[in-house]
Amino acid sequence: MTRLNGVSLTLTLLLPLVSARVARAQEARERRAPVVVASKPFGESYLLAEMFAQLLEARGIAVERRPGLGSTEITFGALRAGSVDVYPEYTGTGLLAVLHDTLPPNVLADPRRVFAYVADAFASRYGVRWLPPLGFENTFAIAVRAETAARYRLRTLSDLAREGAHLTGGFDGDFIERADGLAGLARTYGTGIRPHTVHPLLPALKYQALASGSVDVIDAFSTDGLLERYHLVVLEDDRHFFPPYEAAALLGPRMASRSDVVAALTLLSGRIGVGTMRALNRRVEVDGADVRAVATSALHDLGLSAATGGSSRGGSTGTARPLTRDARGDSFGAYLWGRRAALARLTFRHLWLVALALAAAAVVAVPLGLALERARRAAGPALGGLGVLQTIPSIALLAFMVPLLGVGTVPALLALWLYALYPIARGTYSGVRDADPAAVEAAEALGMTPAQRLLRVRLPLAAPVIMAGVRTAAVITVGAATLAAFIGAGGLGEPIVTGLALADTRMVLSGALPAAGLALLVDGVLALVERRVAPAHRRRVGT
Amino acid sequence: MPNLLDSAVPLEARDVRCAYAGVVALDGVSLHVERGRCVALVGESGAGKTTLLRCFNRMVVPSAGEVLVGGMDVARRPPAALRRRLGYVPQSGGLLPHWTVLRNAALVPELLHQPDITAAARRALELVGLSPDEYGARFPHELSGGQRQRVALARAIAARPGVLLMDEPFGALDAISRSELQAVCATLRRELGVTTLLVTHDLLEADFLADEIVVMRAGCIEQRGTLDGMLAAPATPYVASLIERAMAGARRRRMS
Repeated sequence: MTRLNGVSLTLTLLLPLVSARVARAQEARERRAPVVVASKPFGESYLLAEMFAQLLEARGIAVERRPGLGSTEITFGALRAGSVDVYPEYTGTGLLAVLHDTLPPNVLADPRRVFAYVADAFASRYGVRWLPPLGFENTFAIAVRAETAARYRLRTLSDLAREGAHLTGGFDGDFIERADGLAGLARTYGTGIRPHTVHPLLPALKYQALASGSVDVIDAFSTDGLLERYHLVVLEDDRHFFPPYEAAALLGPRMASRSDVVAALTLLSGRIGVGTMRALNRRVEVDGADVRAVATSALHDLGLSAATGGSSRGGSTGTARPLTRDARGDSFGAYLWGRRAALARLTFRHLWLVALALAAAAVVAVPLGLALERARRAAGPALGGLGVLQTIPSIALLAFMVPLLGVGTVPALLALWLYALYPIARGTYSGVRDADPAAVEAAEALGMTPAQRLLRVRLPLAAPVIMAGVRTAAVITVGAATLAAFIGAGGLGEPIVTGLALADTRMVLSGALPAAGLALLVDGVLALVERRVAPAHRRRVGT
Repeated sequence: MPNLLDSAVPLEARDVRCAYAGVVALDGVSLHVERGRCVALVGESGAGKTTLLRCFNRMVVPSAGEVLVGGMDVARRPPAALRRRLGYVPQSGGLLPHWTVLRNAALVPELLHQPDITAAARRALELVGLSPDEYGARFPHELSGGQRQRVALARAIAARPGVLLMDEPFGALDAISRSELQAVCATLRRELGVTTLLVTHDLLEADFLADEIVVMRAGCIEQRGTLDGMLAAPATPYVASLIERAMAGARRRRMS
């Protein structure tokens, strides 16, 4: 920007007319490029990101929302890659999950020193900036039911270490594995703290599992609204094992020059206390209030809302708008009906992702299958390689894409494309290889050229097998595309991810059921296509 | 492409040797078929009959020797052009299952861009005793085995080739269809006068259809002549035993 200004300055001296145009164009460009605001897939992150977005919009800054990105790895990866500009992050997460650094206990005990260390390291290593903390901490918390606490006289984690052997734990898969999770706790408090049975549970399910008595101990976050709802007891970290987790806005490298963005977001620094945050979370997670409405009223209460109101026109530039939630209580059918416009849009988006990935895969995989049939020695290794690709879990494959391609449609399409290659290539290869050998031989002996044999005999005869491969690929892709929401590509995975984060079963189902229906529908439609492309003789007998 | 009918010896093999993967299929075989004649290659499986036949349409490339069609070395022509001039009937029919009977019959005229493809196909079907109106629109799987072989035969003659190569054309048929097809084939040969090379393991079929019989064994020719001539003077003990077995089979069939 500075350099561009310099250029326009030079031009001003030489050619005032041109320079005016250049300056206008530059201004327009800047106004056009929206600030991409992202969040991770849990309620507080959605809420803070929405507050950031509305705050920016209220100041006339265009915003694009990418809520609910899959994990720290994906979201921070996207921030570094420049496809995300700002998202709410926590100092402890930055220290442990991104920097992988350890600090001496006396530093860890002081949130301000941790923030200074983390902010410094992020700036020098990644060119990423932490704005001053928002004013609350959201640390790891270990929670039990009130009656469990009374029965075993649990008040601190040291107490838990004494009684852990009697209890059943339900933790985030993440928490069980991480060095700053269960393993680290056991090092600090002794192995007794590890319950004799540990179930990995999705965040959305943990509270229900604890409340229903399926498990006795869960990991939680200190600002969770659900802690209050279920009257849970948070055990005190008496040996200060968990580092401070101060929330703050994290700004990507592209924002270095956007003083307007920095100024707007800094208005929130130090303004949100832990009580405020827990109350806001409770409204979203327990009362089922709309994230957008809660964000608007929170900004209003802080005296930060603009007269024009950011929320009414909010999200107009974003492709992935956060899903709004209606009051709970009406029937599931009414709930779906009330969201029909959003669901139709998501379904269409889903279908679009699948169709594009599938078409691109067919364009590559059919010729590949044919080539492999000509070079059969290469067929085994090549198909084997594609098959191995198939075994990579979708979420892992999506995560690999982020550092290379950022978040959004392109990496999602690439991942889906990779999944669709194998079934189509395999179908083409075996279909053409096994096409009626006597007919193919006779066609050759009667004077068909290789191209004629391929186009007029082998491909038509192989068409049903090729189409079967395409159908398999389509169903796989419809399923895998639900995970594309983790990298902000939208589709029916969006309500699934958001619903899981907000512990809203209906929202999860509102994405999962249409996705399942879509898989059946796509399979059915392709079955019709398969019958259409079947060789004429097969159509007549109807097989 | 010279007209194969004009050549006095449309099919000729000179000292052809064929070996693949260490197995010798043809061990220096020479054969000629004069214009309009029908020669039958007879012998057991593995004798080299089919390999020799397939040398003529270059479906097999010999390792040594010369193969001439219409007096010209087959290696000097593009294989597809050569094959379109040679009628071919494989044992299993090899009809294109996704094409109708009429379209199957029209295949070679179509490949040759002949002027009236459909008429040629319909004529060919009539010649083999299938009504084009009744069967033309059917698919091969809607026909009996004998009818499928008739279509294969029609397909081979539709473009009026100078030469017909038939590889066990009736081998997979039941006795009744087989004798019907043999009759059709004999009529056809009389009407078209096409030079024919027939592979069969059935000596009596060979005698019925062919002017001359060539007995093959282990990649070599044992004897060439008529059945009567071989009966009178078998060249080798193998020919004698082959005739003996064929006669015994015929007697059994007549009694049952």
